[in-house]
Amino acid sequence: MLKNFVPPDLFPAMPEIFLVLMACVILLVDAFLGRTQRWITAALTMVALVGCALITYQTMDGQVVLTFSNMFVDDLLADLLKLMLYLSVIVALIYSRDYLVARQLDKGEYYVLVLFATVGMMVMISASHFLTIYLGLELLSLSLYALVAIDRDSPRATEAAMKYFVLGALASGLLLYGMSMVYGATGTLEIGGVAQALHLGVANKTVLVFGLVFIVSGIAFKLGAVPFHMWVPDVYQGAPTPITLLIASAPKLAAFAIAMRMLVYGLFELAEHWQTMLMILAVLSIALGNLAAIAQTNIKRMLAYSTISHMGFMLLALMSGVVGEDKHFALNAYSSAMYYIVAYVIMSLGAFGMILLLSRAGYEAEHLDDFKGLNQRSPWFAAVMLAIMFSMAGVPFFVGFFAKFSVLLAAIDAGHIAVAVFAVMFSLIGAFYYLRVVKLMYFDAPVDNAPIQASLDMRFLLSLNGAAVALLGIFPDTLISLCTFALMRSL
Amino acid sequence: MEFKTFVFYVVAAILVFAALRTITARNPVHAALFLVLAFFSMAAIWMLLQAEFLAIILIMVYVGAVMVLFLFVVMMLDIDIERLRHRFWSYLPLGAMIGLLMVAEMALVLSGTYFSAAALPGQTMPEGYSNTKELARLLYTDFVYPFELASVILLVGVIAAVMLTLRQRKDTKYQNPSEQLAVKRNDRVRLVKMATEKDLPAEPEVKEGGQ
Repeated sequence: MLKNFVPPDLFPAMPEIFLVLMACVILLVDAFLGRTQRWITAALTMVALVGCALITYQTMDGQVVLTFSNMFVDDLLADLLKLMLYLSVIVALIYSRDYLVARQLDKGEYYVLVLFATVGMMVMISASHFLTIYLGLELLSLSLYALVAIDRDSPRATEAAMKYFVLGALASGLLLYGMSMVYGATGTLEIGGVAQALHLGVANKTVLVFGLVFIVSGIAFKLGAVPFHMWVPDVYQGAPTPITLLIASAPKLAAFAIAMRMLVYGLFELAEHWQTMLMILAVLSIALGNLAAIAQTNIKRMLAYSTISHMGFMLLALMSGVVGEDKHFALNAYSSAMYYIVAYVIMSLGAFGMILLLSRAGYEAEHLDDFKGLNQRSPWFAAVMLAIMFSMAGVPFFVGFFAKFSVLLAAIDAGHIAVAVFAVMFSLIGAFYYLRVVKLMYFDAPVDNAPIQASLDMRFLLSLNGAAVALLGIFPDTLISLCTFALMRSL
Repeated sequence: MEFKTFVFYVVAAILVFAALRTITARNPVHAALFLVLAFFSMAAIWMLLQAEFLAIILIMVYVGAVMVLFLFVVMMLDIDIERLRHRFWSYLPLGAMIGLLMVAEMALVLSGTYFSAAALPGQTMPEGYSNTKELARLLYTDFVYPFELASVILLVGVIAAVMLTLRQRKDTKYQNPSEQLAVKRNDRVRLVKMATEKDLPAEPEVKEGGQ
């Protein structure tokens, strides 16, 4: 029966297999642990993620390897994004620990669900088939819905989880519908096969563009771009801060990966169509994100709107790849999008880390006023927050500046000068609410004088995070060339 | 008449009867049981169409799991049948209209070129052909990766459901034997030093109320 069957090469998927096995082991081990032994679960989770990183690093060879009947791809882009993903999940776990322990939320399920969400993101990053993209996305989303509701006694968190779930299901439906259209037009779900069918011109263009609209909407929802952004502020505010930290960081890497895989790898021939759609999304996101953030008093909500505007910037780079028939700028544009998303993840981890640092048992530092006079309480962490806010605003010589700079260069190269000017204008407006935080920290008297309680590892890591924001801004070349190199070897 | 055709008509008649009784039975438990019968008859028809895998799945999943759960729910709920049946027939025009619409749609599809009997693959499979095996071959070879991913998603569903619903009720009173056994005297008994004798306070003078 199976004479012609060649077993798939499992080697490229080693990190995924290892992490799923470790998650199952942790699930079993945790069942035997009491409340006071939860640190074992946390330690095992760290071991799993570090082990994954080692495996990915060891097997990184820059070759494009397809396996599992062309459903799984292992290339340099995937490896690089995965390493970044492990790093951000590890950082998020360390930042969250104190907060969760203080609120008795550090259940074993938290660690297991975070690991499964990580597996989902890895699957998305390594997907070369529409089916695996969808399954990875569902694995990630389902874990996140449950994590948002982890604090069952908080009505706000439950409401956020419900909103996230309903709107997420809608977005998955949109994406799936778009994929079915692409399948109907090309007869395949394999990304390489779709690209080939488009290249040969055998596919029905009308059906494809129809499907494309739904695919772009699905991606926009997952990124949180206007007009699919409604869930972002509510979920960011309602979810417990460690979960917000998780939602705001790593999944953006995975969403970037599936946008690249579907639009650039699969539907590249339709670039003129999706670039127009992305331009509308980008312009709306930058405008609404920056304007609405000004009106917020809750810092989690403010950062949610700031995320929306950052995603708009990332889309600005994605839409600058192809000018007419000229694909000369593609590499530059996509690598600046990747650089932007990596820079955003680093800044976002730091910003939510600061909120977690100022929170303590029974006290949530989620209002802007909680940052008042931070300089008097802790000059060092005020400086860290200053670096992060300056970087998000795009003040020169922080990492966010170079990210914005390379995106704007890519947009100008592609001839979108009006859009670039528009983006700069709204960044200037946006600088107001970032600088307001700085003003509150340095020029106002503190409302809350309690000493900052945080474990040593968190203090150390957060300092490192702030240093990274500053240093990557002074030496931006390494990260930029890494992104360019990864895309060059994978495109 | 071929024996196969005879079996089809018998099973189809039972199916139509069971389906009718499902919506007309007064007792919800009876209605659920008739639905089980309808599923069984449908499975038999699929079997005649050589779709044995679907037939088995229909019985295992729907009859074995879904309907049993459904019966439990029906038995546990206290449903006021009279209120449910109130103005039952007044829905007839709407129901009939939707039914007719569905029949018309089906007729349109079936009379079209793609779904007419001539256009459908009518070949009988060779002896020993098993579509269960064919499905398994695809699922465990070409589609093994999405198949495993789906199983991981189900596992996440289980974990999330347990996490969100399993809760220790706050007002539950329970004993922990190991704690009871490990208890020390000092945990329970507190020795209080008191003077053995105590001077009584002087009696307050009772005022003689003069009348």
